[in-house]
Amino acid sequence: MSRFEYAPAPESRAIVDIKSSYGLFINGQFTDAGDGKPFKTVSPASEEVLAEVSEAGPADVDKAVRAARKAFDKVWGPMAGRDRAKYLFRIARLIQERARELAVLESLDNGKPIRESRDVDIPLVAAHFFYYAGWADKLEYAGVGDDPQPWGVAGQVIPWNFPMLMLAWKIAPALAAGNTVVLKPAETTPLTALAFAEICQQADLPPGVVNIVTGAGRTGQALVEHPDVNKVAFTGSTAVGRAIAKSVAGTDKAVTLELGGKAANIVFEDAPIDQTIEGIVNGIFFNQGHVCCAGSRLLVQESVYDEVLARLKRRMATLRVGDPLDKNTDIGAINSAAQLAKIRELSQIGEDEGAERWSPECELPANGFWFPPTVFTGVSQAHRIAREEIFGPVLSVLTFRTPAEAVEKANNTPFGLSAGIWTDKGSRILWMANQLRAGVVWANTFNRFDPTSPFGGYKESGYGREGGRHGLEAYLAH
Amino acid sequence: MTTLDSGVDSLADVTSSEDRLRRFLLGLPGVDQVGAEARAATLSTRSIKTTAKSYALDLAISMIDLTTLEGQDTPGKVRALCAKAKRPDPADPTAPQVAAVCVYPDLVATAKHELKGSGINVASVATAFPSGRSSLAIKIQDTKDAVASGADEVDMVIDRGAFLSGRYGLVFDEIAAIREAAGDAHLKVILETGELVTYDNVRRASWLAMLAGADFIKTSTGKVSPAATLPVTLVMLEAVRDYHEATGLHIGVKPAGGIRTAKDAIKYLVTVNETAGPDWLDPELFRFGASSLLNDLLMQRTKLATGYYPGPDYFTLD
Repeated sequence: MSRFEYAPAPESRAIVDIKSSYGLFINGQFTDAGDGKPFKTVSPASEEVLAEVSEAGPADVDKAVRAARKAFDKVWGPMAGRDRAKYLFRIARLIQERARELAVLESLDNGKPIRESRDVDIPLVAAHFFYYAGWADKLEYAGVGDDPQPWGVAGQVIPWNFPMLMLAWKIAPALAAGNTVVLKPAETTPLTALAFAEICQQADLPPGVVNIVTGAGRTGQALVEHPDVNKVAFTGSTAVGRAIAKSVAGTDKAVTLELGGKAANIVFEDAPIDQTIEGIVNGIFFNQGHVCCAGSRLLVQESVYDEVLARLKRRMATLRVGDPLDKNTDIGAINSAAQLAKIRELSQIGEDEGAERWSPECELPANGFWFPPTVFTGVSQAHRIAREEIFGPVLSVLTFRTPAEAVEKANNTPFGLSAGIWTDKGSRILWMANQLRAGVVWANTFNRFDPTSPFGGYKESGYGREGGRHGLEAYLAH
Repeated sequence: MTTLDSGVDSLADVTSSEDRLRRFLLGLPGVDQVGAEARAATLSTRSIKTTAKSYALDLAISMIDLTTLEGQDTPGKVRALCAKAKRPDPADPTAPQVAAVCVYPDLVATAKHELKGSGINVASVATAFPSGRSSLAIKIQDTKDAVASGADEVDMVIDRGAFLSGRYGLVFDEIAAIREAAGDAHLKVILETGELVTYDNVRRASWLAMLAGADFIKTSTGKVSPAATLPVTLVMLEAVRDYHEATGLHIGVKPAGGIRTAKDAIKYLVTVNETAGPDWLDPELFRFGASSLLNDLLMQRTKLATGYYPGPDYFTLD
């Protein structure tokens, strides 16, 4: 070897014990199977079948909701907050103990690099449980009235991009507030949720407090529409969110929706340039761009456009795409064949509409679902790739001349989940943050998450907030 | 600020007056502290194993400036260090030589004599090292002494007081004067980043040193804490990379002080690789100013070759 080439550094799979088939987790027990057709979950990096998973039909969902109702009425609802806290702390500690196993399992099932599941996802999952455990006996101080009460049974449907983290965002505040839950993980990434079911058993959580039903859209629909569900929480696509909003309209169900985004990442000429490049990369290539708040629209001040582009391309050429279990991988696999097809289609549309496409040279593995980090230049607001969420490692670059124009362009989108500002000027950060119609505005950073910080959207990005004190509010009737 | 499209000519222009130099340095893009440290932390998580590790260990050894800078240094101590530089691991002749031996000016002749024919350079600190607090005439004479005694490389310190009070022209002129006094010797300019404190200052001082003719920019004397850190080295590597884009010239980087383990050294190599690029993975363009690092590299090297860790007594002290 005459060059410094990183040898493969794969994380061992031996720590994970994947069963050949999984039942549903209802009332503290794994049931034999659902009444639907079992389906397979595959590793997106190799297309290897990892396990067979049950599909919950309406009868299974009903069983799960009834178990949750009973647990709410008899055990979890009446329990003192300080006792609920003990269970949540116990779960948080078990997650930490099993962190490596969960990280490997997540990377296997989802395709995300182990570097992210190990350093970002799982630590945040534990942090959410710790954080909300601390709230469980202090609900009257959450700022939602003297005597806030849980809704009852929460029906929760989560996406495939952060399977375990989204589970934590949903389950931790729900349980802290005194609700019981029925959660449906995404059909392509059910394995960590099933591992979490085991953790609930390990923690001696009373039966029925947490129920996990696997399946696809039909299962989710049965859960959301179940008449005995009091609170619906959904994270996923805007199209499904719209359908859920319609189905619960006119009922007395509470609902929060975390939907798509098309965030503007705004770079001013006085930005700290090298950290800005890192922020752009982190904004769009983190988790292969499978992030609803991804900074997928880069707005660059025209005076620094050439420099930013040149530096961005140089940096993109150093990104390492490949085996998610390799500790040196920066970009893993696209989650599914369907998602890959969608990314390809929208990228083709970008080219057809006249935008210029660029990717660094990188060899992609033969098996599995892969897409290289990609940047489109010459994009204008009228291009579809500047309007629609691609949900992949594809960045569209637009330009602006003045701060007012940046705000106008950033807000000119049906979405409003997040935005980023890069400048050395503190007053401009505050002025911009007030103008931007986005739930989260990051300044000189991007894609930072913390359990204490509320997260949620404007417009088609949904309504309600998760995280922080605001996240509790969504699970309390007042 | 557009470092990328300013060529050599326009850079010569920025040094034509103190005022222009000042405006240029203050116009360099800022460094966000949180972001720079986060980037360095990410680079630290690269996992270097097996063949990559073996390559990295030998590369790191070949980049060491084996250093002794103590008031108590004697010719005997320097001779011992030179022997170690030539043959770091007596038990394993395949271990590479280090790049240079770094001593005070009065010991250059001894080192030069010991290293004759070995290909190992002699580096000497000069310019009233480590504080740099004496007149320019003395600093020039110090440098000339070192070069006259045979130093191949001169490590100078900048006047941090002048830099922090904004007298960039003075710092520039001093570096340029030492550059001239050093003649053909390689000039390494020590910024003493621990005293510059902010990353903005580190970036400005890096550019200032390069514009004034430095062949290398070096973090620290080793006498001030903190000495070299990964984020500081990252910012300096960004500066040499940008300077190369602007001028086509390759300037070296030398973190010094506090790098003691092979694991740390590998983090620096990863940072070099992913910031300035693989061109800089060469003793001509990257050095470690260290003395205790060498034995840990040798120990890890033996571990890779034999599968077990030898005890510290299996390696020479110096």
